[in-house]
Amino acid sequence: MEKEKMTELARALMELDEKRVYQLVDEKIKNGISPLDIIAECNEGMAGVGDLFSAGQYFLSQMLFAAEIFKNIMKQLEPIMPKAETSTSRDKVVIGTVKGDIHDIGKNIVVNLLRGSGFEVIDLGVDVPAEKFVEALRETGARVLGLSALLNFTYPEMKTVVEAVTKAGLRDKVTIIIGGAPCDEQVRQFTGADYYAEDAVAGVNICKKVYS
Amino acid sequence: MLIIGERINSTRKSIDRAVRAKDADFIREEVLNQVNAGAHMLDVNCGTLDAQEEPATMEWLVQTVQEIAGVPLCIDSANHKALAAGLRVHRGKAMINSISGETERYKKVLPLVKEYGASVVALCMDDRGIPANKNQALEVGVKLVNNLLDAGVPVDDIYFDPLVRSVATNPETVIETLRLMEEMASRFSGLHFVSGLSNVSFGLPERRHLNRAYVVLSMASGLDAVIVDPLDKTLMALVYATETLLNKDRFCLQYIRYYQEGRLKV
Repeated sequence: MEKEKMTELARALMELDEKRVYQLVDEKIKNGISPLDIIAECNEGMAGVGDLFSAGQYFLSQMLFAAEIFKNIMKQLEPIMPKAETSTSRDKVVIGTVKGDIHDIGKNIVVNLLRGSGFEVIDLGVDVPAEKFVEALRETGARVLGLSALLNFTYPEMKTVVEAVTKAGLRDKVTIIIGGAPCDEQVRQFTGADYYAEDAVAGVNICKKVYS
Repeated sequence: MLIIGERINSTRKSIDRAVRAKDADFIREEVLNQVNAGAHMLDVNCGTLDAQEEPATMEWLVQTVQEIAGVPLCIDSANHKALAAGLRVHRGKAMINSISGETERYKKVLPLVKEYGASVVALCMDDRGIPANKNQALEVGVKLVNNLLDAGVPVDDIYFDPLVRSVATNPETVIETLRLMEEMASRFSGLHFVSGLSNVSFGLPERRHLNRAYVVLSMASGLDAVIVDPLDKTLMALVYATETLLNKDRFCLQYIRYYQEGRLKV
């Protein structure tokens, strides 16, 4: 979206003007603006941050900074959120690094960005066996599963997870995204996942699409 | 990291000539270059002049520099009369360079620190000279800082200089300086540490590499102010990078901003 057309809050967030963002949110709360409208403006700002990152104008730590600001706003809005919109019904994503791999830097970035974008993230950590993914999907009803790996010999394990989800009868309810260094279209086809995410922002965008 | 520009020092021939001739245009150039390169404060020293001339020249120098740029100055002289002359006309909070544990110097400079509410560089030495080893340095440093605190100088105004020597003559000097700063920091919470760079590389070729490495190492041990040539872009970039690596740069925002301003290109 063009900068001029953004709301003041969205622009302040996009420009990472932290103090201004908090000040605007405070004013809006005081003026009785609905939390959902505030979140919508913030989402627009976060999308702007994502675009700047994709264009190479923002760097990784700035993405994380934006997510941190957004998280703080969410924390502030939580108590005044209409009941049906509180965390129990927020859009959920189950994520983890598959069994045989303990790398979590990439996964943690995605987790932070998802949380920063308002998702409820169930982070299962590293070296996660297939059964645990299935169990978490059952318990939470999440419609997105993110599988991460750095080591390139772990992608057969991703296939194992996809098969376990299918066996559990959840495959048609869950969108599976794979991400990490070894992932490309070929690996996606091999594993049977729905998407592979080129980078963290791409992953977040897929999650948004699933829940839109 | 407090960057104190060192270039206006009359031990440099061009500055000696400029202060003798009261050449404000030449000084202007040196002031603006340093401030634009990222100096927060400028050291001013005209110590090559005769003791009788130095105070009046320091007064002129302080006024001239502050008219060009409103930055605070580090008034640098071994002559307390020159310090006093500079402080009298200085606007804002000055830094005095320097006090030490030497009886005479301590007695003459302390009243100036108090009178002008200035911050002060505290050199780790006393009447015996520069301490011979780390244990002696610690003893001298603790005594000096305690005396300043007892005299009512706030810890936040004290910039302790561990007085590193040349690594060519004292191979252990850097290691001992780092340990000294760490031990002083653990004893005096909030104490600042400052260092100049001219000593550590004395007598060796390509001194800038040693100077830069020394700054990086020292920052990890608590150095938070440095008297340097800010026109050394590599050094400045290393200072910024080190602040980021030491987790003093939230979300690396400062480092990214300097990148965007072109300050990291060397």
